[in-house]
Amino acid sequence: MVKKITIDPITRLEGHGKIEIFLDENGNATNAYLQVPELKGFEQFCLGRPVEELPRITPRICGVCPTTHHMAATKAVDAVYNVIPTETAVKVRRVIYDAFMMEDHLLHFFFLGGPDFVVGPDAAPGERNILGVVGKVGVEIGKKVIDMRRRLRSIITTLGGRVIHPVCGLPGGVSKGITEEQRKEFLQIAKDSVEFAKFTLKVFEDIVLKNKTYVDLIVGDIYKHKTYYMGMVDENNHPDFYDGKIRVVDPDGVEIAKFAPKDYLDHIVERVEPWSYMKFPYLKKVGWKGFVDGKDSGVYRVAPLARLNVADGMSTPLAQAEFEKMFSILGGKPAHNTLAFHWARLIEVMFAAEHLVTLLEDKTITSTDIRRLPTDTPNEGVGIVEAPRGTLIHHYKTDEKGMVTGVNLIVATVGNSAAMSMSIAKAAQNLIKNGVVNDSILNMVEMAFRPYDPCLACATHSLPGKMPLMVNVYDKDKNKIKTITRD
Amino acid sequence: MAKPKVAFYWCASCGGCEEAIVDLNEDILKVADLVNIVFWPCAMDFKYDDVRKMEDGEITVSFINGAIRTEENEEMAVLLRRKSQIVVSFGACSHMGGIPGLGNFWDKKSIFESSYGKSCPSIDNPDGIVPLVSSQVPEGELTLPEFNNTVKSLDQVIEVDYYLPGCSPEPYLTMNAILKLLSGDLPAKGTVLAPAKSLCDICSRNETKPEKLSIEKIKRVATTQPDPEKCFLTQGIICMGPVTRFGCKEEGDGRCISANMPCRGCYGPPPGVKDVGTKMVSALASILGLDGEEEMSEKAVQNLMDQIPDPAGTFYRFSLPTSMLRRKRMTKEEN
Ligand code: SF4
Ligand code: SF4
Ligand code: SF4
Ligand SMILES: [Fe+2]
Repeated sequence: MVKKITIDPITRLEGHGKIEIFLDENGNATNAYLQVPELKGFEQFCLGRPVEELPRITPRICGVCPTTHHMAATKAVDAVYNVIPTETAVKVRRVIYDAFMMEDHLLHFFFLGGPDFVVGPDAAPGERNILGVVGKVGVEIGKKVIDMRRRLRSIITTLGGRVIHPVCGLPGGVSKGITEEQRKEFLQIAKDSVEFAKFTLKVFEDIVLKNKTYVDLIVGDIYKHKTYYMGMVDENNHPDFYDGKIRVVDPDGVEIAKFAPKDYLDHIVERVEPWSYMKFPYLKKVGWKGFVDGKDSGVYRVAPLARLNVADGMSTPLAQAEFEKMFSILGGKPAHNTLAFHWARLIEVMFAAEHLVTLLEDKTITSTDIRRLPTDTPNEGVGIVEAPRGTLIHHYKTDEKGMVTGVNLIVATVGNSAAMSMSIAKAAQNLIKNGVVNDSILNMVEMAFRPYDPCLACATHSLPGKMPLMVNVYDKDKNKIKTITRD
Repeated sequence: MAKPKVAFYWCASCGGCEEAIVDLNEDILKVADLVNIVFWPCAMDFKYDDVRKMEDGEITVSFINGAIRTEENEEMAVLLRRKSQIVVSFGACSHMGGIPGLGNFWDKKSIFESSYGKSCPSIDNPDGIVPLVSSQVPEGELTLPEFNNTVKSLDQVIEVDYYLPGCSPEPYLTMNAILKLLSGDLPAKGTVLAPAKSLCDICSRNETKPEKLSIEKIKRVATTQPDPEKCFLTQGIICMGPVTRFGCKEEGDGRCISANMPCRGCYGPPPGVKDVGTKMVSALASILGLDGEEEMSEKAVQNLMDQIPDPAGTFYRFSLPTSMLRRKRMTKEEN
């Protein structure tokens, strides 16, 4: 008897992610698919627009991470006009970007993915949310999280005009600089965020690392895939969220490519599957071998753990110490443990906080030299940043007037699309046996994709990180024989 | 007395409108004190069924964000309409179609082509595979919802009582709206719950704008650094301020203006303006001196108008589905 289980956020059927699990006649999971039932068509409707407007249009791809699209778009427009932004402009952009990475990562840890750990993977579903986290760590701390995010977001509001869909990026610079008063104010926020990062890592240490069950889950086989990794690095091969070269390492950690953004097409190709609107990128030189891991399969992963896996170290001291600690506990680099994405995310919070302090301690950031006006004829450009959820690529072509004639976007989450599907399939195969399916098993299947913090998923756009689920069990004739609703 | 019931729902949304509610920060607790939130799928676990089981009109106010793109969106909007005394269209997508509404310049075929066809430079798809509503994998069948051709605003599918404009709406407006609607002192149906002023009316740069402008050249921010004090139009940079409702900030200049960038009109038109595009053309013509004393010849004005890059995509940036153009066949972008 073939059964099919559907995990579908019933409250959001119009899109964002659906898991289908197939069982064999013995009730064991044979395979699972993560489907993305939505397509917006940005690549098409950006055609004909003036290219400098794309940093204001593409953020509407996602209201949770608009800043990352704004930044990738701004860099792509720099490249289209072949203009190098002034030093001050780059610093201002980096301030916005560090603040953004932190507030977004914190949202994920405390509100979305973290509850699985902080409250516990088999806690009652009603508690696996921010309120459950607050219950566990205390109201005061809950307020602290909200306040820290609010202050970090205020930096983006001040410099970008708006925190949801900022507008300040222009080819060659930014529209507005930082005043000395703002620098001081932001510096205080940055310093407080270093303390907050310490505190967050402590929470992780106390609740997760000191709990053997959790550590076993992290290092265990259910949540493990030996894949390639991709991430942006600076000249010392340390992670850089805003600029640098893209480094790729193989499952043994050996560098197999390091390329400039403009060369991405030599390294990445995407395939289409008829069952999802989302495409599946893989490494061109390795090739597509299906939804499998290993050295022969071109499947790669992006986002926090991938970024640390491709790096030789971190450029700030506290983050470096955490980096060493994580890889020593996980048994070396690269670490293939999907759940360690959560851990790596917090190390990145520390890095961004320390980096932000350095940026703002530099008084020259208040210089008014915020723009280098383009003089070349616009034609084509690629902008890449590390989004919270991985390497984000914007590629534009224009006519000689700078009107858009071609757009290609490889959105961060898409970089992990094949790996996410593999991760849920592996978790399902390991966890669903003899037809036994309950809420906590299904949550543990979901836990296989939540570390990637997928933006397509309901979870990303929902504050408490709770996906209302409906599970349909079908017999081989597609008759629904059972419905499990999670509430 | 039982607390009034409030629902939040999203149709085709980027999530920014939901973030905008989360950005109420501590005020969200005040709201929770005043009302009973009976439906908010993004943040709370209530089911469609819970809504279906309600009496008609049981919900006092429903806030609906996002554009209407799928049948599912439309069904939900109809259901919430029936169950609610008041429906507020929340955010630019719901209000006017929003940025996704720019998709109406195109259709499904061209959108599929740019995503999955040869015009996508990173694609490897020799067999021309495209996503299908139903497809077979070795283990069985997988289904996807159909991709719709046209994006609609909320009031193109249900009756809407009020509008909260913006991409995304400011938290202070949301808070004011909730308090106003709960007070029972209801504004006239169809009211946009934001100040009845244009962005220019409150703009600190407005005084730098002479009665009649004489611009020689339309400039683009791509190749000009905007002066941080002068009116954008005076600088020859297209700013939608004259045809945009104020509200994107509680006080002071509009949000984009305060970041030294021109307005793109996400709050929609101020009172009395039906179609922002036509109004913008006439506003420009009038400031440029087309009517009244001719400071510029008609020909010179026309020449300036022709310099505006992508007028349709600029004037209707957030409102194509509700504009006079509505859909692709009427635009020159067609070919
Ligand atoms: S109005 Fe703007 S913020 Fe709201 S859903 Fe639409 S694009 Fe997102
Ligand atoms: S056109 Fe723009 S810059 Fe000028 S006064 Fe109006 S809102 Fe301000
Ligand atoms: S200035 Fe214009 S585009 Fe910017 S937020 Fe305000 S209304 Fe929207
Ligand atoms: Fe996102």
